[in-house]
Amino acid sequence: MFSYYLRLALKSIRRNPILSALMITAIGLGIGASMTTITVNYLMSANPIPHKSDQLFYVQLDSWSPFEPANEPNEPPDQMTWTDATNLMKAKKAFRQTAMASSGGVVEPQGQDEKPYMASIRLAFADFFPMFDAPFLYGSSWQSSADDNRDYVVVISKSTNDRVFGGKNSVGETIRIVGKNFRVIGVLNDWLLVPRFYDVTTGAFGETEEIFMPFYMKQELEMTNSGNTNCWKSPEGEGFQAFLQSECVNFQMWVELRNDDEKAQYMDFMNNYVNEQKALGRFPRPLNNRLSNVMEWMENQEVVADDAQIMMWVSFMFLLVCLLNTIGLLLSKFSGKAAEIGLRRAVGASKSDLFIQHTVETAVIGVAGGILGLGLAFVGLEGIKTLYGEFVQNLVGLDMTMVASAILLALISSILAGVYPTWRACNIEPASQLKSQ
Amino acid sequence: MNINKWEIGPIFRALMRNKVGAVLIAIQIAVTMTIIVNSIFIIIERSKLMQRESGIDDANSFYITNTGFGDEFDSKATTIADLELIRNTPGVIDAVQINAIPNSGSGWSMSFQTEPGENKEDQGAAIYMVDEHATKALDIEVIAGEDFTPSDVRWRENGTRDWPDTVLITKVLAESLFPDTPWQEAVGKTMYISQTEPMIIKGIVDKIQAPWVGWSDLEHSVLTPEITQFSSTRYFIRTQAGERDRLMPEIEEALASANKQRIIRGLRSVEETRERSYRGDAAMIKILSTTMVILTIVTALGIVGLASFSVNRRKKQIGTRRALGASQSAIVRYFMLENFLISSVGVIIGAVLTIGLNMVLVNVFSLPSLDWYFVPAGMLVLWLVGQIAVFGPAKKAANIPPALATRTV
Repeated sequence: MFSYYLRLALKSIRRNPILSALMITAIGLGIGASMTTITVNYLMSANPIPHKSDQLFYVQLDSWSPFEPANEPNEPPDQMTWTDATNLMKAKKAFRQTAMASSGGVVEPQGQDEKPYMASIRLAFADFFPMFDAPFLYGSSWQSSADDNRDYVVVISKSTNDRVFGGKNSVGETIRIVGKNFRVIGVLNDWLLVPRFYDVTTGAFGETEEIFMPFYMKQELEMTNSGNTNCWKSPEGEGFQAFLQSECVNFQMWVELRNDDEKAQYMDFMNNYVNEQKALGRFPRPLNNRLSNVMEWMENQEVVADDAQIMMWVSFMFLLVCLLNTIGLLLSKFSGKAAEIGLRRAVGASKSDLFIQHTVETAVIGVAGGILGLGLAFVGLEGIKTLYGEFVQNLVGLDMTMVASAILLALISSILAGVYPTWRACNIEPASQLKSQ
Repeated sequence: MNINKWEIGPIFRALMRNKVGAVLIAIQIAVTMTIIVNSIFIIIERSKLMQRESGIDDANSFYITNTGFGDEFDSKATTIADLELIRNTPGVIDAVQINAIPNSGSGWSMSFQTEPGENKEDQGAAIYMVDEHATKALDIEVIAGEDFTPSDVRWRENGTRDWPDTVLITKVLAESLFPDTPWQEAVGKTMYISQTEPMIIKGIVDKIQAPWVGWSDLEHSVLTPEITQFSSTRYFIRTQAGERDRLMPEIEEALASANKQRIIRGLRSVEETRERSYRGDAAMIKILSTTMVILTIVTALGIVGLASFSVNRRKKQIGTRRALGASQSAIVRYFMLENFLISSVGVIIGAVLTIGLNMVLVNVFSLPSLDWYFVPAGMLVLWLVGQIAVFGPAKKAANIPPALATRTV
């Protein structure tokens, strides 16, 4: 029976080609616009580390000025001072922990033809790699002892390994960075994080760094500050060390806590720490420390751009207009078929037969619209890529889930759009139609 | 004019007999209006942002970064040599070493206050570290007080925490700092950086925007007379009209070959910098414009579709009316008026929805609230769209011959 209805549906669609094309286009446009914006929002709000996002916590200490909060309303600063970062790291109270900073430096490849270039550097602790599931191609993370000993070791990205070592296993080789020789201890595989959640203070959709270096190199080599540096009070004294000892925030910190007990204990530890510091004359504000898990932190940092959300809501309204349009057109179409329906009812088709028949017809239109919409979504995402450039290249891929949901959305919306017209069509009294013939 | 001639009554009663079609069109018109009016409002707001001028010579300027490495790199000597090289290149108007680029998104800001001490009212402002070539290189003008002289300029080392004694500030910053006196009188006054360190305002410049285009105090800038001795420094170069594109690669090459102890990177024109900073706004404008156009077409086609359908269904009645003496224009008028009634309901609902959506946008996304005249303008546009869309089918209806009444369809 289904194939018969399908044949009927195709026949009926062919009978009014313009009307049918209009409906398919309307659904296609609505679905295309919605899928484009849903994809961007979906990727922006994606959980980048689903299996442990509720065990990783971003640490905030309110070390700000007594007169005003770092951010309204009473938010602690989004980064930490060097003093606090190093103190919390020394305490080692969490299962895993890493303070971090972003920096940059000149890499001098050994070969004569490769020119020196500027590379992005992340300063971190050994725990960084297991905490964030960094994928290793060769070698491994450095040992915790290397952190404290200030060993000249680095983990490099795949692209750095390709550029400097031609892609070979470079573990144990020497690489020259900021004028010093470092030993390569690990090479990462391609590592795409959307969003790059471990540091969103300079934008959530950046690339992972090219070089990873032990944190204390910041002090050892006076590595430059990247990202944002905010101070509520000027450093006391001149020079780099004075900056590190100041109340300026430029460092981030994450801890891994496996359960609520550990979280509660860590919170206590943070509060005790701040109270101790208060005794030393720091932390003039009331206690206001935070532990936010990955998704809470993404929410707090408003990783999903306002514009993307506005566009998504506009596209939903757009879809609504397209569906209203389709309802109107279906109404016209089905009432044009009143005579035919009357005839079929008269020769014995039940209401439910007719209902199924017309639902099949709207579903065919829906699927066609969905496929068109999918095509348009690809075009739309390409358009977004052209408009926004490299900032969004990781935000415009369609995966299978999105393809399936596009078709499903089209199907559901078209069937919903078809319900009322179909219901009206089925309620046509056979007699009334037969009489007028 | 006799209102009965317009046949509002019969049209209304006929509409009531087929409510669904009319309601669908009305809702479409309402939602379309909601989207269009809010989109146009956002588009206008964004274009206003994009049209704000940076205050510098966007079209003829570019910049380049110089990063030293290795133990033999001498930042001071390099800067002196580089600036001389650049300034002596034919086609260059002037060049200056600068720590940040207007509108680029990254820079250095500090708070300034007119009284020393903690917890005083302050104003944030961007800091541009420049020498006495700044006004010429940046194409800004000292409109009160005096420009920097070479003796004002000092060398700033990495880790230096204090500030030069004299500075230039923008007119807007002068107005913010000294709201009670004319901005010209700010010249010679003292303001405080780092809460207690005094700076004398040597002069006031017309305009130079801060690096952050999203910042509310975009025209708060301070020029400090100092050349930085950092390992990474930046040169801002202004060329004669039309020379920029030729000079960009030329200067990059000249700098790269002049000294091998550093890398030359980040060559970019100010125009491109602005384009990148406003890319999100430009994209939003394009996306919303496209949406608006497509949406209007979809709605118009919907009106055409439903009107054609209703014409088709009423062929016999129309034929009868024509046979009974109705003129072609009466038939056209009938459909135009019918659409006008439906559209009126649509735009009234639309006005409510438009304001509602704007309130949501204001609350959730902190957008500015809509100016009132956008609403009647939107209503007018949607009325027009409806009338234009329905004109085709109405014309077709008018062409139905009276003889049709005698035939069975």
